[in-house]
Amino acid sequence: MSTLLDVRDVTVRFGGVTAVENVGFAVQPGELLGLIGPNGAGKTTLMRAITGVVQPQAGAILLDGNDISDLPVHRRVRLGLGLSQQLVRPFASMTLVENVALAAGYGRTDGPLSALAGIGRSRELARARELLDLVGAGGAADAMPDNQPLGFLKRAEVARALALEPKVLLLDEPLAGLNQAEASLFADTIVQLNKEGLTVVLIEHNLGEVMRICSRLVVVDNGRKLSEGAPRKVMAEPAVRAAYLGVEAGDAAA
Amino acid sequence: MDLIGAYEMSLLTTIAIAIIFALSLNLITGFCGQISLGHAAFYGVGAYITALLGKAGMALGPALFIAALATACAGLAVGIGALRVRDDFLAIMTMGVGFLFTGIVRQQDALGGEVGISAIPDHGLGRAGFMALCLAVAAGLALFSLYIKKSWMGFAFDSIADDEDTARMIGIDASRFKLAAFALGTGFAAIAGGLYTHNVGIINPDSFGFIESITVLAMVVVGGIGSVWGVIGAAIVLSMLPQWFQFIADYKLLLYGALLFAVMRFSPGGFAALIAGAVARLRRGRTVTS
Repeated sequence: MSTLLDVRDVTVRFGGVTAVENVGFAVQPGELLGLIGPNGAGKTTLMRAITGVVQPQAGAILLDGNDISDLPVHRRVRLGLGLSQQLVRPFASMTLVENVALAAGYGRTDGPLSALAGIGRSRELARARELLDLVGAGGAADAMPDNQPLGFLKRAEVARALALEPKVLLLDEPLAGLNQAEASLFADTIVQLNKEGLTVVLIEHNLGEVMRICSRLVVVDNGRKLSEGAPRKVMAEPAVRAAYLGVEAGDAAA
Repeated sequence: MDLIGAYEMSLLTTIAIAIIFALSLNLITGFCGQISLGHAAFYGVGAYITALLGKAGMALGPALFIAALATACAGLAVGIGALRVRDDFLAIMTMGVGFLFTGIVRQQDALGGEVGISAIPDHGLGRAGFMALCLAVAAGLALFSLYIKKSWMGFAFDSIADDEDTARMIGIDASRFKLAAFALGTGFAAIAGGLYTHNVGIINPDSFGFIESITVLAMVVVGGIGSVWGVIGAAIVLSMLPQWFQFIADYKLLLYGALLFAVMRFSPGGFAALIAGAVARLRRGRTVTS
């Protein structure tokens, strides 16, 4: 099988601080890859380098064999990257279903002129409702984002990314802010999407769910790749345990 | 056209031009969320081009068309320069463009300098015909604005006005959409400027300064940023008041300043939001009582 997303030796520096150093990993089609690491390890920065929000100082990103390193965010998205961000950012002037519908109509917003020629949103709104139902936020479809609980907004954010029909879905902490029952249910939804053929890269702090659903893990710490492989094998490695236990001991003390 | 007298015709013409000008800014600020404090510069560019073409013997229609096209190019150039600038920085930058325009025009003898351009040849449409043209353009732009709001362009504009970075995340080329808004908005401002030129027959740099930029911004903000009907309503009221009451003309800046302040402080959605809120309350009240 050919690699779908290839992250090659990416380095990101902010001023004098190196957030990500020479991190590389490959995502195969149909995979559900977990990208994990303690707080501040550089996971989100890595995700942002993949989507193009952050420009890496070194390295390359290949999607489906094509180098997308120099493309702007919107082009990468149109080539098949979908991102659900850690901090939810719904469009505040639209209902949740409109938020998702706008993404579902990505074929109609390719450029200003074609967008001007396009009228009628019923097909996209219907698709958006389906997606919101799928992620379990159908009940809030017609609500404005500002008075919705975080759980619904998180799901709507994932639905919006799904509406883009991505080849790879990057999920940045989709379970954060959900209670254990909700998290488990939503993790099942992610597994279901993956089973239907969607390739997923999951950044997540909820280790229990990560161990349960991911087929492979990439572990980063202090901006470097620590390990990669099958979840149980990786978590058994002393370096990974040290990185995690160190943090967890810190958390317990705090 | 005996139904209305010369005064009413001139008033309606003035109102129609104000509506066109306000709706042109609404495309940029209202629909796409890009604040401009220098929109009068493009109104002015259109006015000067139309005046010069008129003096060169060109008919009104082609002159307006060329003015719109040329000004849209200027708007595009400013837009490209402003792409990386957002929010308050964009406001300051566009303010600079406004001052740049009047600053340059004042120094150009070919443009009449401080005195401006006068003796612009008559458009030949007659008073009623010209009023009809202005009203038709205003109505056309209003319909076009309503159409944009319904189209996917308007949908994409909404997302950019809300959060440009997230718009990019769903594949929208925010830069190109912003440039489209700039080109459309400045092009229509030029048409408003060209019509203004022929309405008053004489133009000078003072007609296109900062005060004019604030006036048109007040129309958009007071009416309700992005609301086509709200902006039309505000353009009608705010362009009529100074004609009817001399003291308002004298204290125009004071009034507009106070209005801007009050709207931003108490109802950032403008009168359109106030009315929508009142209607919603009425409906709720009715369902409760029924």
